[in-house]
Amino acid sequence: MVREITLGQYLPGKSVIHRLDARTKIILTIAYIVFIFLCSNFISLLVMSLFSLLVIFMTKISFMKYLKSLRMILFVIILTGVLNAFYGSGEVLWQWWELKVTTGGLINAAFVIVRISMLFMVSSVLTYTTSPTDLTDALERLMKPLSVFHVKVHEIAMMMTIALRFIPVLLEETDKIMNAQKARGADMESGNLIKRVKALIPVLIPLFVSAFRRAGDLATAMECRCYNGGKNRTRMKVLHFSLYDFAALIFCIVIFAAVIVSNIFFPLILI
Amino acid sequence: MSIIKAENIKLVYSAGTAFEKTALSDVSFEIEKGEFIGIIGHTGSGKSTLVQLLNGLLRPTEGRIYLEGKDIWEEPKKIRNVRFKVGMVFQYPEYQLFEETVYKDIAFGPGNMGLDDKETDKRVREAASFTGLREDQLDCSPFELSGGEKRRAAIAGVIAMDPDVLILDEPTAGLDPLGREALLSRIADYHKNKKNTVILVSHSMEDIAKIADRILVMSQGKNVMFDSTRNVFSKGNELEKIGLRVPQITKIMMLLKEKGIGTDTSVITVEEGLRNIVSILSDNKKG
Repeated sequence: MVREITLGQYLPGKSVIHRLDARTKIILTIAYIVFIFLCSNFISLLVMSLFSLLVIFMTKISFMKYLKSLRMILFVIILTGVLNAFYGSGEVLWQWWELKVTTGGLINAAFVIVRISMLFMVSSVLTYTTSPTDLTDALERLMKPLSVFHVKVHEIAMMMTIALRFIPVLLEETDKIMNAQKARGADMESGNLIKRVKALIPVLIPLFVSAFRRAGDLATAMECRCYNGGKNRTRMKVLHFSLYDFAALIFCIVIFAAVIVSNIFFPLILI
Repeated sequence: MSIIKAENIKLVYSAGTAFEKTALSDVSFEIEKGEFIGIIGHTGSGKSTLVQLLNGLLRPTEGRIYLEGKDIWEEPKKIRNVRFKVGMVFQYPEYQLFEETVYKDIAFGPGNMGLDDKETDKRVREAASFTGLREDQLDCSPFELSGGEKRRAAIAGVIAMDPDVLILDEPTAGLDPLGREALLSRIADYHKNKKNTVILVSHSMEDIAKIADRILVMSQGKNVMFDSTRNVFSKGNELEKIGLRVPQITKIMMLLKEKGIGTDTSVITVEEGLRNIVSILSDNKKG
């Protein structure tokens, strides 16, 4: 039951996208998100959409997976789309009381829907093709400059790694405790909301107790192996830029430049 | 009429996905009222899965389980009643304790059954004395108890429901030798006094040999043997083939026999072995 929830979304593979350095992927994803919001006409929006579809195709992960992830935020997409349809100027297409649907509003709605879907799918590319450890490693490296301001970059990254690592362990534990309490007649499937929340107490307390116990054990085990923070620590797998990463960077710069150029030369009629 | 009857049980995890795994197939057996059953098997042989089927925590993909002649999944909404009748103590049960006091934790099961305060109180005290907890410990926080005491409190929480069938999954795992002895003899006494059915899953052949009437042997999701304890442990070679063994004392008796000493290889407990060897020695002296 609990086991069926997939949290670590990483789908191992050997595609070009999988092989890109995690740092490249993070930077490009952030850049993509910025540029999809900079798109101000249909041409640039089309270019960006086609580009993300190409990237999705290159991951060799079935398109259905991406659509399924979109389903989670379907409500958000529809809501913002509908709301945007009522904002904007231009010809009035439909009116009820103070609410007006205009051509400008419809264009706004279309933009927002495409932007949110693309943003979400491209972020999915990042989480689908990068293992959680690579991801935290890359974040640590990217945030390294912040250590000048005494931000504990390594500690933050270590905490993230440990948290990710223990999600499946805690899920399994939850399953076990739930079964044990069910065997004592705990009823977690029926009753109103308050009753159900109360029914969670016999699960949550043992879960917290065991999480603390595990945390203590882990800290002892780490200290036994002389862990003392990030200073002078080397890694087994070192991230490195390859030719692929340069190619990807250059390709993206070209696409992003095209977006800026088209924004300048074909400014959109109305917003 | 048998108290528990399993008929052609098959259980497939995550059926229809890439992670499909058959945990049990073609498992059938009958358990009579008042029996003490031991379940042995290699890690991953399906023992734990099997016992979770018996109290309705898992639903078989195929086949039926009868409790006192009634299919337990006939009315899925009333599965809780099955869980009250078939009490289940999981591995490391001390991790399920959650209440402020030991008393309240033991009373969790009876409370869920909807019993009144008087009956609950009676059952809590009875269960606590069965498992060997002291009266004054009932008012402690369960987290103040020692490891062995925590386990007793957790087992008491299941016994307090007064189940017709008590299932214990590796109840002695992780306890020290004295703690094991004590807990096992408590379980044996409980069975003797209450005269109800007990099912014990264990890795320890010695424990099983000491108290089980019959043994169910699991291997790779199938029940390969179901026979009296003595008969099962007389098949040493077959057991070794599936990664199990006979009790150490039986092994010693077998080796002694190979050396030409006329020991009785059907011995399964140390006491029996001692008697047998003493009688052989005294015979030798006379001769």
